[in-house]
Amino acid sequence: MQRIGELIRKRAEELLADGTVSAVIGWKKGEFFYDETPAVFRSAAELGDFVYDGFSAPNLSKYLIKAAGESGGKILALLKPCDTYSFNQLVKEHRVDREKVYALGVECRGMLDIEKIRSLGIRGILGAEERGGELLVHTLYGEQCCRPEDVLPEKCAYCKSKTHALCDELLVTGDTPPEGKNRFEAVERLEAMTLDERFAFWQGELSRCIRCNACRNVCPACTCLQCVFDNERSGVASKANSDRFEEKLYHIIRAFHVAGRCTDCGECSRVCPQHIPLHLLNRKHIKDINAFYGAYQAGADTESGSPLTAYAEGDRDPCAVDRKGGSC
Amino acid sequence: MSVKTNEKGEFRPRIVAFCCNWCSYAGADLAGTSRLSYPAEIKIIRVPCSCRVNPLFILRAFQRGADGVILCGCHPGDCHYTSGNYYTRRRMALLFSLLDYLGIDRRRARVEWVSAAEGARFAAVMCEFSKTVHALGENKKLGDLRCRELVN
Repeated sequence: MQRIGELIRKRAEELLADGTVSAVIGWKKGEFFYDETPAVFRSAAELGDFVYDGFSAPNLSKYLIKAAGESGGKILALLKPCDTYSFNQLVKEHRVDREKVYALGVECRGMLDIEKIRSLGIRGILGAEERGGELLVHTLYGEQCCRPEDVLPEKCAYCKSKTHALCDELLVTGDTPPEGKNRFEAVERLEAMTLDERFAFWQGELSRCIRCNACRNVCPACTCLQCVFDNERSGVASKANSDRFEEKLYHIIRAFHVAGRCTDCGECSRVCPQHIPLHLLNRKHIKDINAFYGAYQAGADTESGSPLTAYAEGDRDPCAVDRKGGSC
Repeated sequence: MSVKTNEKGEFRPRIVAFCCNWCSYAGADLAGTSRLSYPAEIKIIRVPCSCRVNPLFILRAFQRGADGVILCGCHPGDCHYTSGNYYTRRRMALLFSLLDYLGIDRRRARVEWVSAAEGARFAAVMCEFSKTVHALGENKKLGDLRCRELVN
């Protein structure tokens, strides 16, 4: 990924130098080598800290809400294919001014997940780089190899965004996203379980929620200026789940609030410190919307409205059940 | 004696009914003036339109001890505000499906279309729903322990 990183940095420097943009939003190394953070660069010197590799998973589109407003001229946004859907959605909802952003599409081969690398039994990791189709991991105890395909994060293993939904310019490097498996596979498996099994699964997952609100903060669809969970008088504004019910309520409501607008970028699950598979809730909504109201992909363009803001006279009854087994 | 059991100690479910002002609330009124009885454990909350009901209200009702929640609105096509109930239909279809996915019996929540002239139907629907919820038993999966009265 280093070669592509250099190409991006060079192009960003050119665009800064000729005045097309006055700032660049990209990634730089965070506390750990695998923990890259979004950052705004305003000069070629600052771009020295820029990095793009297998750990550049953060979706930058949400940060444009603030950054595009602050920069004097245009801001250069580096968008992987999945990020462009979120960007489209933000433009559609008038959260980001399209005129203030120069979208540079960046091709992606899939990111790397440090937890998955560790789960292969590799200890004392100091760094990782891709070399010739393999992942070379530098550890305290020597070099180890593994395949990038084995350590893809959840969102990349089920990649659906093969091409950029939009961009002002595309940096072509010949990288293609990973073969996306059926992304509703886990949802279907859950649907096939009995009611009590499902309850036990979600109880087990959601009871670990510590209400850090990272999922909400990173979600590009969660951009309300006043979030319902920030309202002290609502009784649900806590930084810890006060009871068994609230641990579910927060996630049910959040999933519902983004239904029809969620682009399935997978950031919510990636940032969850407790590794709760939150994307399974959003994917359930997407699957239902596709089945009930026609296939819809949020963020594929900037015109179409969410299916929840429209209706048809022949819509199904809310109490109708078409599955055999499971509930009822 | 707690609120959820009657004098004989039998379980009586707590049911919240969100009724839209123009059709279903008037229907409930008609049931009353026609002296048609339906279970007293149904608590009606009047809303201007069924689409006023936020999923948060439904979950809040469950949290506060409701064993069943029913939303009543105008028949599709007859909404006083033209299209409100169409949105209700879409929203609740998704919400009920998600509740089912999380392991909560979807028979605890329902949407019914009752018009202002359907007093008998309102009573019948409420009786039937109350029976369904009674059979399902007390709502334990979505309760908030803080809201429950001390049961000895």
